[in-house]
Amino acid sequence: MAVMNIREAINKTLMDEMERDSNIIVLGEDVVGGAGTAGGQEAIGGIWGTTPGLYAKFGADRVIDTPISESAIIGAAAGAALAGKRPVAELMFADFVGVSLDQLWNQMAKFRYMFGGKTKCPAVVRLIYGAGMNAAAQHSQSVYAMLTAMPGLKVVLPATPADAKGLLTEALRGDDPVMFFEHKALYGVKGEVPDGEYRQRFGEARMVREGGDVTIVTCGRMVGFGEKAADKLAADGIGVDLIDLRTTSPLDEEAILDSVESTGRIVVVDESPPRCSLAADISAIVASKAFTSLKAPPAMITGPHSPIPFARELERAWIPSPQKIEDAVRQLLAFR
Amino acid sequence: MQLSRDDLVGAYRRMAIIRKFEERLHDEIKTGEIAGFTHLYCGQEAAAVGVCDHLSAEDLIVSTHRGHGHCIAKGCDVKGMMKEIYGRRDGLCKGRGGSMHIADLSVGMLGANGIVGAGAPQAVGAAIAAKLDGKGNVAIAFSGDGACNQGTTFEAMNLAVVVKAPAIFVFENNHYSEHTGVDYAVGTNKDIASRAEAFGMKAWRANGCDYFDTYETMRELLEYVRAGNGPAAIELDTERFYGHFEGDPQRYRGKGELDRLWEERDCLKAFRAKVGEAKLLDLKLLDDVDAEVAQLIEEAVSEARAAPPPDPAHVAEDVYVDY
Repeated sequence: MAVMNIREAINKTLMDEMERDSNIIVLGEDVVGGAGTAGGQEAIGGIWGTTPGLYAKFGADRVIDTPISESAIIGAAAGAALAGKRPVAELMFADFVGVSLDQLWNQMAKFRYMFGGKTKCPAVVRLIYGAGMNAAAQHSQSVYAMLTAMPGLKVVLPATPADAKGLLTEALRGDDPVMFFEHKALYGVKGEVPDGEYRQRFGEARMVREGGDVTIVTCGRMVGFGEKAADKLAADGIGVDLIDLRTTSPLDEEAILDSVESTGRIVVVDESPPRCSLAADISAIVASKAFTSLKAPPAMITGPHSPIPFARELERAWIPSPQKIEDAVRQLLAFR
Repeated sequence: MQLSRDDLVGAYRRMAIIRKFEERLHDEIKTGEIAGFTHLYCGQEAAAVGVCDHLSAEDLIVSTHRGHGHCIAKGCDVKGMMKEIYGRRDGLCKGRGGSMHIADLSVGMLGANGIVGAGAPQAVGAAIAAKLDGKGNVAIAFSGDGACNQGTTFEAMNLAVVVKAPAIFVFENNHYSEHTGVDYAVGTNKDIASRAEAFGMKAWRANGCDYFDTYETMRELLEYVRAGNGPAAIELDTERFYGHFEGDPQRYRGKGELDRLWEERDCLKAFRAKVGEAKLLDLKLLDDVDAEVAQLIEEAVSEARAAPPPDPAHVAEDVYVDY
């Protein structure tokens, strides 16, 4: 197994899959970069470093720099997918769903159903999300909850390089629209990545560690925060079941309920505001389906009901922290 | 004029099917048997047929909320469409879409669309796909004078020019975006085609109530696009004979306006007059077509009425290919 970071895993997967399937095309703002400049193309290579080398290998017909027109990017991906291609559209910041939502929400998500199951729309939308880089209110959000709520879309959030490869490969082999969330603060995370073809099925959560006292359910960057909290708790003899959801649609309810049935306590950690969030959703599922197993009310660790702030101190206060997770676990154990 | 007698009869048949389909819906909707919102294409038949008569099943179109005409012109099954509009199990989309969401990819019809302006970027994506395939196919976005004001349409036109995609923007200007006049809502002192020109593409203009003008102008436009020159646009000056939706009291119409439109701007009447004067066809042939079409629509309605409704047990199927 090769060791690489998430950025490299995504780039390599795109490279390998485009090599394998000539129907895959990549489009987005500055995915190549430099078009129409003195510096020339590939002068940038994608601002997140996930798409360099694609243009040189596959050319301008398959690696398309677009104007800053998010509705057109997502709409073109939707149309190309209906027409038989496998577009990978990049939203440089997930926050830009705000300017392209109709094409995700009313179009891509609904084609198959509205058209009586006779069409498919195998588009992958890569959304770069998350707080932690002082990018403030319009460039830091985790909008996965709203897309998870939309039937017709699949929502994927890799937390490791191996999952980045496995889940992106799965997205590119499947026939449904996939919202592929990449946390901007996780790109540098390194790990082992299986060689050769590697697919990770959607709807199969990853049990990061098993401890038996409290269940922590989360995804994306918060998985690492959960591990930090779990390490501290382990030092005091408290064992945590840490579940990385990998995908929020489909959702591995079984993994959550199985764990809660044995621990009786759950903390859901969600990098988003609390209302109508993933935390609220999972808490509701647990409350309605595992009520008799619960020894304490479900705990939700989220940001506050506010936009994400800029200043370091404020942003740090907004983002769920390992300390808050640890405190929540201790409170659950003390609950009578 | 390169149209054969068969071409002419075929063109008339397709326009007549659209006309009868829509007129019949206009009557049937009043009975309360058809649910939901229906937007009739009646009056614009020459536009859809004049454009689609040039296309093969590999050329793709995206349509609008006023999409029945585009569907029929592109070859969707008329009886399947009627069943869909009646919300039947065996409708073209299993009763899940209804009037505003009819699609049939097997004939290159990528979907009517309930969101004004949503189709244009999708046509650009389909055109990008066509360009990659390299077979000279095109993708067409039908839009109205309403959709020409949507940002999606602007973005789509620019993107098409930037990537030189074989996308065609057909603007059917029927002079009303819902209940608002084009002179008010399209804030330019020029026409809609000039907007497309401003985005850097070549644009044509034609009389959308004249099959021959639309058809011949589209021939020139398609030669240009299929030759790899990038996108193009056409503005078709046309008319909407009914309201925005069925039930619209049309209080925005001028006195005698509708009577004048039916008298002066009826594309079927104009077609008959032209082929009659030029002695291109024996008009008796067109009378036969009218009878045949009346029969087809009668059957479509009676079959749709008798068709079984969808099974509520299937309400959540076909959301995903695999979940």
